[in-house]
Amino acid sequence: MFEFKLPSLGADMDEGTLLDWKVKPGDTVRKGQIVAIVDTSKAAVDVEIWFDGVVEELKVSTGERIPVGTVLATLRELGAESPPLPVPPRTSASPPRISPAARKRALELEVDPLGVTGTGPGGAITLADIEQAAAQAPAAEMPPPPPSPPAAHAPAPVKTDRQVEMRKAIAAAMSLSKREIPHYYLAETIPMARAQAWLTATNAGRPITERLLMAVLQLKAVAMALRQFPELNGHYRDGSFQPTPAAHLGVAISLRQGGLVAPALHDVGDKPLETLMGELADLVKRTRAGSLKSSELTDATITVTNLGEQGVEVVHGVIYPPQVALVGFGRISERAWVENGALSLIPAVIVSLAADHRVSDGHRGALFLTELRGWLQQPENL
Amino acid sequence: MNEQALRTEVLATLNDIAPEVDGDELIDDQPLRNQVDLDSMDWLNFLIGLHRKLGVEIPESDYAQLTTLARVLEYLKARLP
Repeated sequence: MFEFKLPSLGADMDEGTLLDWKVKPGDTVRKGQIVAIVDTSKAAVDVEIWFDGVVEELKVSTGERIPVGTVLATLRELGAESPPLPVPPRTSASPPRISPAARKRALELEVDPLGVTGTGPGGAITLADIEQAAAQAPAAEMPPPPPSPPAAHAPAPVKTDRQVEMRKAIAAAMSLSKREIPHYYLAETIPMARAQAWLTATNAGRPITERLLMAVLQLKAVAMALRQFPELNGHYRDGSFQPTPAAHLGVAISLRQGGLVAPALHDVGDKPLETLMGELADLVKRTRAGSLKSSELTDATITVTNLGEQGVEVVHGVIYPPQVALVGFGRISERAWVENGALSLIPAVIVSLAADHRVSDGHRGALFLTELRGWLQQPENL
Repeated sequence: MNEQALRTEVLATLNDIAPEVDGDELIDDQPLRNQVDLDSMDWLNFLIGLHRKLGVEIPESDYAQLTTLARVLEYLKARLP
């Protein structure tokens, strides 16, 4: 028998609230399967299990706020003997059974599922129940909304708890980073004429739904360059560095209401650009909707941030622990360029590297940026 | 589709991407991306949304024309199927 504990979903998370179980005692689970949904400051996280087994007992009930490391469930190995009777989950309050779609709708409509009577199988709350509850709620419980004030005098939006929590979480992770990681910073101006021309030609022949963004080329180029530089890709824990063979790039995604999350895009070096484009679009969408998988919050081996679209020239990154490097892309803009004694005007971007001096040195960091530059000159090979 | 209906569709598509935007506050002839915080992924999703709702093909080479809400409306109006 073994225990499944609430994993840390990032350096900035120390607790979460169990929203829902996706399994019950007796279920067989496979590595990578989503077993629970836990609400954190960043998102409602689909928590994946990382071993095969059979669920024996659920130790935490929905609605409980639990610290990282809490035993969520006990499991037995596949093929091990079953206990005499499955043990029902301990319940502090009777948790509502609710479909994921209904839960999502409940969040959107601000309906508390605890107050809804389920009409589905076994009293489960359905999508229709939530919508019905939402339709009834305003008339029954809420005063009519006040007339909207004139736009010019609109009050600042009230910050939600999640925004406050996220600000605290970012503060904790970045303070840890600045306190413990001896950063060094490098920057390189990289010509982008070839990449831009290739992208324009490629997109010209494609329907809009299959077009690529420059961000995808940049991500793939980072992953390809990392292959020669394991000291920039991995995690620093308990005084030592563990490089990771795969490049799981944490993509910094800003949220419209403020704050940011940098979930992992997995195995970037092994995937074609089209696949990465689809996965990036999905990741951005889910990040902004507040729905991520636990592996996306824990697996990133390096972070890539692109602030060029906001107009900055160069990024001086803060490393997200336990990672050891961050690559920052600035704005692609026309620059005067001298090559082979001739002056020309070319699009270029300043790419920066912030890296951990406990693990690598500026010399290697500089070689990495040169390698990255090389990859961006051969977009057809990305 | 009349102009008002087109405008409603365009603003609804924009709201799918940027729910915080109040269409009444947008100035039609000012650059859209200065008024609304849209990165290139948001912009692409906005155009994909317009393509799906209105059936208009928008080649990438035309993106540069679509600077303001007025220009977006004009562009779409001329190409509605």
